[in-house]
Amino acid sequence: MPKNSLTIRASQLKLLESLCHAVAVSGDEGEVRKIVLERLKPHADSLKVDALGNILAVKNGTADNRLRVMMTAHMDEVGFMLTHDEGDGIYRFDTVGHVDPRQLAGKAVWIGREHTPGVIGAKPIHLTTAEERRRMLEVENLRIDVGPEGGKVKVGDRATFATPFRRVGPSLLGKALDNRLGVAILLELIEQSPPNVDLLAVFTVQEEIGGRGARVAAFALDPHLAIAVDTTPARDLPAWDDSPNQAYNTRLGAGAAIYVADAATLYDPRLVRHFAETAQALSIPYQIRQPGSGGTDAGAIHRQRAGIPSLSVSVPVRYLHTAASLARLSDWQNTLALLHAALSRLTPALLASPR
Amino acid sequence: MIDLNELLKNLISAPGLSGYESPVRTLIEQAWQPLTDELHISRLGSLHGLRRGSLTEPRPSVLISAHMDAIGLMVKGLVGEFLRLTQIGGVDARILPGQAVTVHGRQDLPGVIVQPPAHLLPQPYHEAAVPLEYLLVDTGLTAQELARQVRVGDLVSFAQAPLTLAGDAIAGHTLDNRVSVVALTACLELLQKRLLAWDVWAVASAQEEETLGGAFTSGFQLRPSLAIAVDVTFAASPGSPSHNTYPLGKGITLGWGPNIHAGVFRAFEELAKKLEIPYAVEVIPRHSGTDGYALQVVAEGIPTMVIGIPLRYMHTPVETVSMKDVRRAGRLLAEFITTLDETFLEKLSWDA
Amino acid sequence: MKTLIQKLVETFSPSGYEAAIREVVRAEVAAYADEIHVDALGNLIVRKGNPQGQKIMLAAHMDEIGLMVTHVDENGFVRFTTLGGVRPHTLLGGRVRFLDGQAGVIGSERLDDPAKLPDFEHMFIDVGASSPQQCARRVGDVAAFERPFLDLGQRLVAKSMDDRIGVAVLIATLHQITTTPHNLFFVFSVQEEVGVRGATTAAFGVDPDLGLAVDVCSTGDTPKAAKMEVALGKGPGIKVRDAGVLSDPRVVNWMVRTAEAAQIPYQLEILERGGTDARAIQLTRAGVPAGCLSIPCRYIHSPSEMVDFDDVQNAVRLLHSLLTQPIEL
Repeated sequence: MPKNSLTIRASQLKLLESLCHAVAVSGDEGEVRKIVLERLKPHADSLKVDALGNILAVKNGTADNRLRVMMTAHMDEVGFMLTHDEGDGIYRFDTVGHVDPRQLAGKAVWIGREHTPGVIGAKPIHLTTAEERRRMLEVENLRIDVGPEGGKVKVGDRATFATPFRRVGPSLLGKALDNRLGVAILLELIEQSPPNVDLLAVFTVQEEIGGRGARVAAFALDPHLAIAVDTTPARDLPAWDDSPNQAYNTRLGAGAAIYVADAATLYDPRLVRHFAETAQALSIPYQIRQPGSGGTDAGAIHRQRAGIPSLSVSVPVRYLHTAASLARLSDWQNTLALLHAALSRLTPALLASPR
Repeated sequence: MIDLNELLKNLISAPGLSGYESPVRTLIEQAWQPLTDELHISRLGSLHGLRRGSLTEPRPSVLISAHMDAIGLMVKGLVGEFLRLTQIGGVDARILPGQAVTVHGRQDLPGVIVQPPAHLLPQPYHEAAVPLEYLLVDTGLTAQELARQVRVGDLVSFAQAPLTLAGDAIAGHTLDNRVSVVALTACLELLQKRLLAWDVWAVASAQEEETLGGAFTSGFQLRPSLAIAVDVTFAASPGSPSHNTYPLGKGITLGWGPNIHAGVFRAFEELAKKLEIPYAVEVIPRHSGTDGYALQVVAEGIPTMVIGIPLRYMHTPVETVSMKDVRRAGRLLAEFITTLDETFLEKLSWDA
Repeated sequence: MKTLIQKLVETFSPSGYEAAIREVVRAEVAAYADEIHVDALGNLIVRKGNPQGQKIMLAAHMDEIGLMVTHVDENGFVRFTTLGGVRPHTLLGGRVRFLDGQAGVIGSERLDDPAKLPDFEHMFIDVGASSPQQCARRVGDVAAFERPFLDLGQRLVAKSMDDRIGVAVLIATLHQITTTPHNLFFVFSVQEEVGVRGATTAAFGVDPDLGLAVDVCSTGDTPKAAKMEVALGKGPGIKVRDAGVLSDPRVVNWMVRTAEAAQIPYQLEILERGGTDARAIQLTRAGVPAGCLSIPCRYIHSPSEMVDFDDVQNAVRLLHSLLTQPIEL
């Protein structure tokens, strides 16, 4: 299997751009759902949208004795929801999914399917005291402002950061790289799916608020094994005092991140081994994501029914859940390559002996 | 015509703490007996009442869940003539000192929750709010008699008698969530004379306040095509912020957010407008804190709706509800159910 | 039975990596099982009894709390995260054992304020290496605490009494059962310490009519302990509730009646902090009447957990009584 059989083409960059520009906050994934369904139609053997809005697509393999492999990429992003109209175009809002309140003030947002522009303002510095500037601005104190006439938005609408997607040299900059990168990867994998597996591709909803979509999809599909395709923080910045950074989680440019453990899942060692060995055999750059906090769709999946052996593989990305995340094209490429190669080499023998 | 006010007062006069719902379940069974075709009890103790529909089988079904369990207290230990307590569900200890309670021991005993004198409390609490672990119950019995009547694990419920307030409002403990059970009963009564296409499962669920266990397990057992959770929501009252509370007696709430299927919401909103039932949209950015949170993710997933009945002073013994809103909820549910036909599911979509 | 307990507690198997303890348990139970299998998450499930009888699931978790490597620094010191509810104060100066047998000790960075406990980020494992090349550890390796079994006669002390003592009780009960009207499923579960994950999937697979977890519970009988009525030596606990489950009152009453009829001492237990596999069983599918038989234990989640041997033996007697007679809830 040639290692660069899956390279990132211009068409995939365009796709990622349109995905990143969609406003699709947990519970309101429609804009991404539309793009994905369009792309899937020519490739899927079967396609359905379930009770929560997940897309379940099946691409059957052709070999004998095939494994049924579920792969997920969540369509939702973290964002905001307008909660109360205070008049004059000003709205209270709440966050959906985990967003650090310190990332909010002074940002532009897009609201709803129309991408109505708005801003999260902040008091002019001239009118603040030094003491006040030391205190964090809580969501409670912030508002989204769409302009004095108000009008086009209403309470209940969702909003996201308004960051245009850009390619900058070796890097990609945009909002919602978590997890539009995963969506782009999974779409490519369906097009290139190998014959040895039945690929059950699920574009999930509501991952950011507890893996809710993945949970019901896993129950419905009951696969032999599952792989969640996502992004994971790269915290590889310098420390304020130049001390060694020992909690970087992953590093940009170091390749596909394979998970051993996070807060939601203790991954199946057989799958960890299979992916690491595949990467080594084919010289695909990879790294082990530091164990500890966080979680992916795998957290919900592996606990379904009588248990589903699961793994997570992610693209390392800096500044997740903020207005501007940053990733390397090479990490995207290597994650795609590793997933494809490892998928192609899966056999039922992998699960023959207990974990 | 069921007297809903009387029904509510009866329901809140029967104990039914999470995990121990049988006394109130018996009363609900009696009320639902004439209104349903079948009644069963689930393995966790939830009550399931079926009104059969008329479409050919396999028929779609709608499940409406109103949790019947209540928060309360449990005996954790006996200290001489006093009882130590642990909580069932979320109890704010600040409302406890001086509360009249009933200790459900070998027989029902009246008691009072007491705050011990300052010098008998740890330093930080001499002047501050006293946590539950330092409060005691005094039943007036001697230590010997107490030990004969009460043991670890016995339940303690609030003894505040229901009050009728002005404006067709009722105050008492455990209105969360017996008011929804009453609304569901009103709905069943309205449906008695109507022809139904779908099966209707009325569920008085168990253990919502602790684990959402009733919702998870009843949802799994009954596998409805649609689920509606009816629960109380926050009514505007002194000290509660106005941006996420709703005026008492001025209408029910329709939930909107990831826990609610957008298509079902739209159907409810359209209907409420058509029937001129006053409502407010309750924005729920994450989980709804109701049975709906469990029902939505049962098995392959269930399209879910959340209806709210505004309530003041939630989780205190003086919760206050407007019976007008209870009746509105019952009516909206009944009318919605009669719109369910063989095309509803195929037309249902998240995207408008 | 003490030999069995020692063998179990001195095995190293933190959550997610239970292969070693599973083999120890399998060797003890294989000869007594009608059927035996391992499921997708690694739970060991033993069926014994009447295939037409009521399905009763017993669950005791095989996993223990532990540590996982996050980083090896430029001098060969190993940084870690925790698996399950590890408490910082039990680590300092402690010893750990990795799955390949390598030993290590836990040190900490200098304490700015000796009165404050360092948190995990300020601790490390020292395996005696001076460089990353010398250090055999990799990100993702796991370790468990090392503390040998101590027989104080009446009282027994070891790390991982939680819940190897429950595992021992299940094994001893299984050995004693000759006939039963029920269809018994002894589940030696995995990943309990990280959120009762193994019991969740095992219960779905078994689909029981009734379930009992067998796990430890804390006591209130040490100096200035948090108020709790359970004490060592006063009998096994019949759980009324813990932070994750309200035991089915019918199950509690059945356990109480059985204990009284067999004249086995027991204590009614309320545990305010802590959960068990019982919750996972209760919420399975359409619901399962569930409860828990508890072994009172001091110093839970420390390397020196202490149980009373009479409590253990009474737990076996009670469980045997419960599982071999007809049940009327």
